[in-house]
Amino acid sequence: MAIKTEQLILNMGPQHPSTHGVLRLEVELEGEVVTKVKPHLGYLHRCFEKHAEAMSYPQVIPYTDRMDYLASMYNNFGYVLAVEKLMGIKVPERVEYIRIIMGELQRIASHMVALGTYGLDIGAFTPFLYLFRDREKILTLFEMTCGARLLYNYMWVGGLSHDLHPDFVRMTREFISYFRPNVVEVNELLTFNKIFIERTANIGILPADTAINYGITGPNLRASGVKWDLRKNDPYSIYDRFDFEIPVGEGTMGTVGDCWDRYYVRVLEMEQSLRIIEQALDQLPEGDINESIPKRIKPPAGSVYQRVENSKGELGYFIISDGTLNPFRVKVRAPSFVNLSVLNELCRGHMVADIIAILGSIDIVLGEVDR
Amino acid sequence: MKISEEIFEILKNKFPDYKFGLETETPVEPVLSADPLKINEIAHFLAENEDLFFDSLMNLSGVDDANGEKSTDADGAEIITGGTLSVYYHLHSMKFNHKLTVKVSTPRENPEVESVEGIWKTANWHEREAYDMVGIIFLNHPDLERILMPYDWEEGSHPLRKDYKNPEFYHGMRVPY
Amino acid sequence: MYDFLVDLIGNEIIAAFISAALPVVFIVPFVIFGVLMERKVAGHMQDRLGPMRVGYHGILQTVADFFKLLQKEDIVADGIDKKFFNFAPYLVFAGSYAVYAALPFSSKYIGADIDLGIFYIIAVSGLVVAGILMAGWTSNNKYSLYGALRSAAQIVSYEIPTALIILSMVMLTGTLSLAEMSEMQTAYFWNWNIFGGAEWSFTKLLLIPFMFAGFLLFYISSLAEVNRTPFDMPEAESELVGGYHTEYSGIKFSMFFLAEYANMFAVSALVSVLFFGGYHSPIGYVGNTLGLEALIPFEQVFWFAAKGIFFVFVQMWLRWTLPRVRVDQLMTICWKYLIPYAFLNLLIIGIITLI
Repeated sequence: MAIKTEQLILNMGPQHPSTHGVLRLEVELEGEVVTKVKPHLGYLHRCFEKHAEAMSYPQVIPYTDRMDYLASMYNNFGYVLAVEKLMGIKVPERVEYIRIIMGELQRIASHMVALGTYGLDIGAFTPFLYLFRDREKILTLFEMTCGARLLYNYMWVGGLSHDLHPDFVRMTREFISYFRPNVVEVNELLTFNKIFIERTANIGILPADTAINYGITGPNLRASGVKWDLRKNDPYSIYDRFDFEIPVGEGTMGTVGDCWDRYYVRVLEMEQSLRIIEQALDQLPEGDINESIPKRIKPPAGSVYQRVENSKGELGYFIISDGTLNPFRVKVRAPSFVNLSVLNELCRGHMVADIIAILGSIDIVLGEVDR
Repeated sequence: MKISEEIFEILKNKFPDYKFGLETETPVEPVLSADPLKINEIAHFLAENEDLFFDSLMNLSGVDDANGEKSTDADGAEIITGGTLSVYYHLHSMKFNHKLTVKVSTPRENPEVESVEGIWKTANWHEREAYDMVGIIFLNHPDLERILMPYDWEEGSHPLRKDYKNPEFYHGMRVPY
Repeated sequence: MYDFLVDLIGNEIIAAFISAALPVVFIVPFVIFGVLMERKVAGHMQDRLGPMRVGYHGILQTVADFFKLLQKEDIVADGIDKKFFNFAPYLVFAGSYAVYAALPFSSKYIGADIDLGIFYIIAVSGLVVAGILMAGWTSNNKYSLYGALRSAAQIVSYEIPTALIILSMVMLTGTLSLAEMSEMQTAYFWNWNIFGGAEWSFTKLLLIPFMFAGFLLFYISSLAEVNRTPFDMPEAESELVGGYHTEYSGIKFSMFFLAEYANMFAVSALVSVLFFGGYHSPIGYVGNTLGLEALIPFEQVFWFAAKGIFFVFVQMWLRWTLPRVRVDQLMTICWKYLIPYAFLNLLIIGIITLI
């Protein structure tokens, strides 16, 4: 007699410790093996795009902070670049340098959260707190500059809200020399831990062509072995002046594009960001940061698509202007939203515990997925 | 590396029967317009042609153009009749590093656009979002359902339309409480 | 102890009750201390301080937590099997508590000096599995069920290497009674089983490496038996939320907690009895030096607790250092590595004892 069996449907989230926010995954299981994962989004939907239509251009900036709240600086950066491109504003050198220093510090801070919470997902608690301890130092730098620790509203169209604090350069250099050895510590504790490698190597392999087809960008794409970084391949701002490398996944512990590669690319990227910051601090010119802030922000009618390399991937702003003070339409191409769409592809055939490992390695922020 | 004008010429030669337009009076980048019900074929060509090779769809946005007749209903809310809804495709070729913006416009009353999900998988969620927010129907999409709004949100109510009216009640709860 | 109480009171039943209730005097303070220790160890390992508010450096934190748990609403969700749901935490606690009956705290105190002490411990710790399965199944929650089934599979599998190592120790010492086993490792630390036992011959030297191997195997499998990281599958909070105790709150949840910490100490105590001389001091007794015979049992309790707490500390140390393995890897470790090595160890120790 055949035993009647049916698939177990497990609802993971919206309240679950490892979905990194309010994400609901509908998981179909055959025992412990996953046959299908369907993400249900929208629990954090705040109508950013609708709000933006009712705001003037500068008023949208604080809303961009709240999308990827772990990389607010970069969200500001992308938006102001888009508006400046539409208006044809050229910002002063000093502003460009400060933006890049802030953006790269933010990238390190965002990667710290990504790596720390990834360790947490795998069950290692301690690296998370080590990384958060160091992230605090970056947040202190931000606080010193603009008074906020999480949501900065720092970059304005044509300039910045505040100039650097007189101690900023010295303290940033101190942070860099403090943080470099700590990366080694995290590597010893987590990256090259045998159990961690067992859990992440050869799990959730993302081949390069699938990644491109799904529009995956950022560290996730680079982990699949594609040397693609907008800072190099489609430079914006003044990124073409800096000397840095693009780390790609090499399949050191398993196959190219597995979870371990996605994790390790982020570790390597932190070092490259430190290099960019060092160079930018060396070259930082003097100047007035406010000189190119326009009196009235009223771009000509037309559209612009500006993309930047956020810590999560390609962050794009598509802005349509109808020549009034408010944007006609702002559409955000959120990297987490696109990266999350490949989840089902990656999880199929793995076990329940691997969903957590894979989801963590994609590094999503729900504020950005749902906007 | 090809600029939009060259691609426009290539497309016009390849598909002589279809209508194309090129808007060059824009401040940043030209916008190429195409037929919404032929976009799948055109996209196939764009993605697979050896000289173009647009292997990545950077962004897909649904836009309410709000270019129809505007009138006000009894409550004083604005209603738009006629005009178009548009979908913007931002394409990029990682091989040649060139970009293209394609726009398709579809009538507001019957907004149907062919899905490009079969070419770029990333379009799947973007199209669902455009359907959810603006109400554009993507033909041949594998599961066209709401993505950001609740699944049981009022049928035919799409928040990013310019004449969208906030609902008063959701499941019997007052919305602007 | 029991005989002493019978002499004192003259009633066997009351004597048995008192004798059985005595471990509570140890367990409850230990759990209060253990939870605080876990949080302090975690805190200091993670470059922070841990609880600091209640009492000096937070020493009363667990007491405050205990009162908080007592006051909490006891939530019993609809659609669960209330009878077994309510019973499960007590069964789990009973299982881990029963183990203490056979643990020799000192030469003068052992709950029940049964000849089959060690087999009794292996047997009653199986009750915990029943309790966990009951808790997971009756919670009517998929996460709880996953946790419970994983836990059952894990504990049952890891009993095998544990039992095999215990068997090799039984072959070496020739007794099943834990008290006797401790008594054999008397005097100084080089007499401990991990250094080949009290008998001085060349087999002692031969035994040392295999004793160390046996200790490691036993310690690893005991970690799995008490569901500690890296084997904390059943309550893997990042996957299964809380595992089998997801649905419990208030005092019932604290029963699980109590059982977990009691279990941690029990396996640590077992390690110290099997390999590290049990209650015996490694460096001789103050009581002997001073000529105060009455002091010795208290010193023994101290050493027993100290050794046990040291191994509990190692468990915590591992927990805050290592990530968690996956459930299939957990089984691989057990069936492909631990069990064959345990068999090999058993064989070699058997041959050496025959020489």
